[in-house]
Amino acid sequence: MKTIQEINQKIKEGKAQILTKDELLSLIDKKGRKKAYKEVDAVTTATFGPMCSSGIYFNTGHTKPRIKIGAGRATLDGVPCYTGFAAVDLLLGATSLPENDPRNNIYPGSFGFGGGHVIEKLVRGEDLLLEARAYGTDCYPRRELKTYINIKDLNEAVLFNIRNCYQNYNVAVNTSNKPIYTYMGILKPDLGNANFCSAGYLSPLLCDPRYKTVGIGTRIFLAGASGFVSWWGTQHNPSAERTDKDIPKKPAGTLAVIGDLKKMDSRFLVGTSMTGYGVTLSLGIGLPIPIIDEEVFDSVSVTDNDIFSQVVDYAKDYPQGQSRSLGQVSYAQLRSGKIRINKREVPTGSLSSLRKAKEIALILKDRITKGKFFLTEKVEDLPGLDSGYTFRPLKERSPK
Amino acid sequence: MKKRVVLHFPTGLVDKPIVYRLVKDFDLEFNILKAEVNPKEEGVLVLEIKGDDQNYKKGLAYLKSSGVKTQSLSEDVAMDKNKCVDCTVCIPLCPTQALEQNPKTLEVNFIQEKCIACGICIKACPYAAMSISL
Repeated sequence: MKTIQEINQKIKEGKAQILTKDELLSLIDKKGRKKAYKEVDAVTTATFGPMCSSGIYFNTGHTKPRIKIGAGRATLDGVPCYTGFAAVDLLLGATSLPENDPRNNIYPGSFGFGGGHVIEKLVRGEDLLLEARAYGTDCYPRRELKTYINIKDLNEAVLFNIRNCYQNYNVAVNTSNKPIYTYMGILKPDLGNANFCSAGYLSPLLCDPRYKTVGIGTRIFLAGASGFVSWWGTQHNPSAERTDKDIPKKPAGTLAVIGDLKKMDSRFLVGTSMTGYGVTLSLGIGLPIPIIDEEVFDSVSVTDNDIFSQVVDYAKDYPQGQSRSLGQVSYAQLRSGKIRINKREVPTGSLSSLRKAKEIALILKDRITKGKFFLTEKVEDLPGLDSGYTFRPLKERSPK
Repeated sequence: MKKRVVLHFPTGLVDKPIVYRLVKDFDLEFNILKAEVNPKEEGVLVLEIKGDDQNYKKGLAYLKSSGVKTQSLSEDVAMDKNKCVDCTVCIPLCPTQALEQNPKTLEVNFIQEKCIACGICIKACPYAAMSISL
C-alpha cells in the first residue's frame, strides 16, 4: 500500500519508479508479479484516436466599437461556431462543417475541412479568418466583423471534450453487399474487413477498469499539455457487461476532459476526415496510474489476451439501434491482423494508433520522472460499477 | 520486362481500339489494373505490360503518336509520412497488400511496387496522408 502523496514525494526526490505500460509488462515477464509490484510507483497509459465530442471555447477580446457576436453568427475559416454565449465567447466543435460543404449530396462525401481541421490550424499557430454578424444593440453597436485571429492573441483558448477515452469499443463490420462509409472507416461488403478503435492493453480506462484511481480532478496528458478530467463523459456506461476481472466487454466508461489549447501540440491533435461520415478530431490522451495497492497493480497489468470486444454489423444492426453481437474477439486477435467471424477469416484495421499511444506513454513517463508532472488524488469518484448509472436511448414522444 | 503504366486517352480516342494494337503489332501482353472510361470524357487506363524491351519502347512510342499520354505508375500514389499517424485503417482495404505495418516500429509503410493505383487508400485515410495524381 502506498499513498499518492508518498509517490509524489518520491517524484520530487527523483526516486520514483515510473514505467510505461509496455515497460511494466516486460518487468513482470523478467522478475515476476510480486517483485514488479514492489518496484513500481506509477504506470503510464495512453490512447490516440478520433474523438468526435471534442470542441474548443475561446474569447477573442472586444472590438472598438463593441460587437455582440452572442446570438449572432460567426465562422472561423468558413466553419460555423456556436454563438449562444456572451459577446465574444465562441464555441467550435470538431464536427462543424462549412455551410457550402456538399456533405453526402455527392456520396460518399469527402469532408476535407471542418471544425477538427480549424482546431488543428489554431494549435499550429496559423492565422484564421473570423467573420461575424451581429444584430447590434445600444451597448454593442457594431454589426459586422472580418478579421484574422491567432491563438496567441486570444484571451482564452480551451479544449473541452465532453466524451473521450472510451473504455473499450465495438469492432465494426459490414454484412451487406455494398461498401458502407462509417465513423469506423470504410467497411467492405460481405465481411470484407473489420475495424476496431482502442489501444487495448494500453488504453487508460481499460487499465483502471473500476475507476479506482481516476476520477474528477485527475491530471492527464491532453494533446501535449497537462489537462484534467472535468467530469465523466457523456454516454458513460459503467454498467456495461464485464469479464470476471471487471473488464468491460463492450463500450463502457468515458471521460470529459479539459485543458489549455495554447499549450497543445499538433502532433497529438489532428483534424480528421471520415469519408461519407464527416469531420472529427483525433486526440492523444495519457493517464498515469498510481500503484496504490495490489488490486490496482493487477488491473493495470491486463494484456490484450484478457480484453474482449463485440463484432457489430454497421450495415443493418448499428444503424437501427440493435445491439446484436456477431461474435466476441480479443484484442490479441484483433492486433494479429485477422479475426474469424462466422467461420470466415476477416482482415482487421485499427482507427486508434498504437504507435502514437506508445509515444504518449513514454513522454508522460518522462515528464513524471523529471518532476514536471505530478499525480493527483481524485476530487470525486466517477459513477462506478455498482452505481446503477447507465446509458439509455432516447424516449421519443410526439407533440400532440 | 514488366512495367505498370497509366494511359490517358483524350476525348476523341476513347472509342478507338488502341490497346489492341499493343498485342497485335508489338507482341505485348497486358493486364488491366484499373479503367475509367466515360463517353465524352478523358479515359484513364492502368496497365501492367509484359514483353520484350524493344517492343515495349516501340509500343509506347505508338501510343504517344496516337495521342495517348503515358506515365509510369510508380510515381502516382504517394504517402506523406508527416501526415500518417500509423493507425492501420487502410491496410485491410488495399487489394494488393501495398500497405503494411512494421511489427517492431508499428509504422505503416507504403510499398510502391505493389500499388495498382486503385485509390481506395485515399478515400480511407482520415488524415489525407495518401494522395494520387492520375
